Amino acid sequence: MASVTFDAVSKRYGEVTAVDDLNLAIDDGEFMVLLGPSGCGKTTALRMIAGLEDISDGKLSIGDEVVNDVDPSRRDISMVFQSYALYPHMTVQRNIESPLLVRSYQVDGPDQPARKLTKAERDERVAEAARVLDLEPYLKRKPAALSGGQRQRVALARAFVGRPKVFLMDEPLSNLDAKLRAQTRIELVELHERVGTTVVYVTHDQVEAMTMATRVAVMSMGKLQQVGTPQEVYARPVNTFVAQFIGTPPMNCFPGKIAADGSRIEVDGGTLPLPAGLIAVPAAGSTVTVGVRPEHLQVAAEGSVGVVVRAVEWLGHECLISASIGEATLVIREVGMSPSAAGNDIRLSVDAADVHLFDPNTTLRIG
Amino acid sequence: MSVVDSMSLPNDDAPVLEAPKRSRRGKYNAKEVGLAFVFLLPSLAVFSVFFYLPFARLLSWGTYESVRGGASYNPVGLDQYKDVLGGDEFRQGLWHSLQFVLYTVPAGLILGTLLAVAAHRRLKGIKVFQAIFSSTLASSVAVSSVIFFFLFNPAVGFFQVSWQSDPDMAMFAAALPAIWQNLGLAFVIVLAGLQAVPDEVMEAARLDGYGAWRRLTRITLPLISPVLMFLLVILVIYGFQAFAQIDIITKGGPGGASETLVFKIFKQTQDYGKGAVLSVGLFFVTLVVTFFQFAILDRRVHYGDE
Repeated sequence: MASVTFDAVSKRYGEVTAVDDLNLAIDDGEFMVLLGPSGCGKTTALRMIAGLEDISDGKLSIGDEVVNDVDPSRRDISMVFQSYALYPHMTVQRNIESPLLVRSYQVDGPDQPARKLTKAERDERVAEAARVLDLEPYLKRKPAALSGGQRQRVALARAFVGRPKVFLMDEPLSNLDAKLRAQTRIELVELHERVGTTVVYVTHDQVEAMTMATRVAVMSMGKLQQVGTPQEVYARPVNTFVAQFIGTPPMNCFPGKIAADGSRIEVDGGTLPLPAGLIAVPAAGSTVTVGVRPEHLQVAAEGSVGVVVRAVEWLGHECLISASIGEATLVIREVGMSPSAAGNDIRLSVDAADVHLFDPNTTLRIG
Repeated sequence: MSVVDSMSLPNDDAPVLEAPKRSRRGKYNAKEVGLAFVFLLPSLAVFSVFFYLPFARLLSWGTYESVRGGASYNPVGLDQYKDVLGGDEFRQGLWHSLQFVLYTVPAGLILGTLLAVAAHRRLKGIKVFQAIFSSTLASSVAVSSVIFFFLFNPAVGFFQVSWQSDPDMAMFAAALPAIWQNLGLAFVIVLAGLQAVPDEVMEAARLDGYGAWRRLTRITLPLISPVLMFLLVILVIYGFQAFAQIDIITKGGPGGASETLVFKIFKQTQDYGKGAVLSVGLFFVTLVVTFFQFAILDRRVHYGDE
C-alpha cells in the first residue's frame, strides 16, 4: 500500500496539454475517483501513474519514491483496463497467474530480497483470487468463453493477485449493463475494504464516483477543479462546472441580481433568499449566477418565484418538471406524482442554505 | 481478425451458450439437398470449367506416352505414373524444390516478422520504413530476379561471386530474390496482424512485468499465430511453384543442379505425358505438405474463439 502524489504534473502532446499542472495527493488506502467528461485528462493522469505515459513536467511519487523514470513493471501497481485486456490465448487460470509468473515479490519480509513465487504459492494466490471473485468454475476456460461480467472479474483477479501497492482502474464498469454495474459497484467497495489497497479509479459516471469514492477529484480540460468527499463536492461545488457535473439532473444555473438593499437575489419571476456565509459579499446590484439543485426546489403556493411549466416527466418514484425562468430552463424534482401540467403557472420556494452563488465571469463559487 | 473479435464483449452476465453441436452428416431431405445444389451451381460451374475438367484432362494425359518426340502418343495406362514418379528425375526435382522451400520460407518469414515487430511503433517517419519494407512485395518476380542476377553477377555484380555456376550455391542464388520478396509479403501481413492486437493487452503485459522478449514470445506471437500459419502455408506453396527466379538466375543449372519440379515440368516441351505426370506429382506433394502443416501446427494456433 502506498500514497500517490502528483506534484505540478503536466502532460503535453505537441501543442495539446492533456494534463495541466496537476497537484493531487492520494492517501494510502484511499479510494480516489478521478471524475470528468471525456478528454478531461483523467485517463492520462491514471496512465502516468501506471507509467504508460511519460510525464512532461512535474514529479509523480508512489509512496516516497519519485517514479517519473521508473519502468511500469517496477512500480508495483496493477491496472484494470476498460476492455479488460485479458490475454485471449490463455486460460482464466493463466491470465490470473500471469503477473506472478514473471514478477518477483518481497514475500519473505521487507529486508529479504524479492523473489519469484513457487508453484505452490502461485496456486494458492490464484485459488484465493478465484474464490473471492467467484471464478472457480471458469479457471480452465479461455476469455472468449466468458460473459462480460466474468471477464471483468478475471481482470480484477489478475490485478489483485500480485497484491500491488496501488490499484488503477480505467472505467472498468463501462462495458457492463446497468444492473451488473450497480452490483459490481458494491462488490468493488467490498473488495477495497477487504484488501485496503490504494485505488485510483477513473470514470465519467458521477454515480460511480459518488457511490464508491473516499474522495473525488473532478477534472475538466486537463485541470483539476475540486477534490473532496462526495458529500463536499455535492454540497459545496467550487465552480459552475463541478456544480453541473455532479448530480442528476444537474444543478440549475441561471442569472440573478443582488437586490438594491443587498438582502435578496432578484431573478426573473421573483426573488430568492441570499445564502448565509458568503465567501465574498457581492455588491448590491451586481449580477451573479444562481445555482439551485432540482431536489431543493419546492413547488409552493406562497413561493417567492413564479415560473411557467413547460413539461412534466413522470418517472414513477418522482417527477421532473421543466419550467422557464427568463431565458433559462429550470428542472424541479418532485417526489411522487405532480399535480402540475404543461402551461401551468407555479410558484417555487427554496431554503437560503440551498442557494449557491457563482461569479458569472470566473464561474467560481462566491457563496 | 479473430484477435479483435475475441475482444468484443457481450454486455451481460448471462451464461455463454455453447453453439449446438451439429452432427457431421445432418439429416437433410431431398428438397434441401436439391436446393443446396442449386445454390452451389454457379461455383460448381466455374470450378468445373477452370479446375476440375482441366485437372481430369491432365490426369488422363499422364496415361499417354510420347513417341518420337511428341509426334504421336500411345496409351500406356498407369505405367507412366509408376515409372516417372518412382524415377530419379522426379526425386531430384522434388529435392531441389524442397531445398528452395527451405531456403526461402523460414528466412522470409523470420526476417519479415522481425521487421514488422520493429516497425510496429508509433514513431515519426515509421511509415517510410513500412513502405520500404513492403516494397519488395510490389516488385515482380522477374524484376527482383534480374536485380539479384546482377547484384551477384561474377563479372559486373556488386558482389562478384560465381554462385550461379557453382552446383552447391546455385539453388541458394535462385532463392535470394524469393527470400527478398517473401520478406515483404510476411512484413505486410504480420504488420496487419500486429495492428489487430489490442494495445491494452500489450500494456497489461507491460504492467504484469513481461519484458520486451517475453511480450514478443508469450503474447504477440501466440496472438498473431493464425497469420503466421497462413503465411507459412502460402509461402511453402509459393516455394514449390517458383519458376521465374530459377529460369532467370540459373536456368536450372549448372548441370541440372537447380532444376526444381516446376522447372522439370517446364522442360517437357517434347513430352506432354511426362509433364502431366510430373505436374500431378507436384500437386500431390503440395497437398500432402499443406495437410501436414495443418495437422501438426494448427493445434498450436490460437484463433481466439476456442
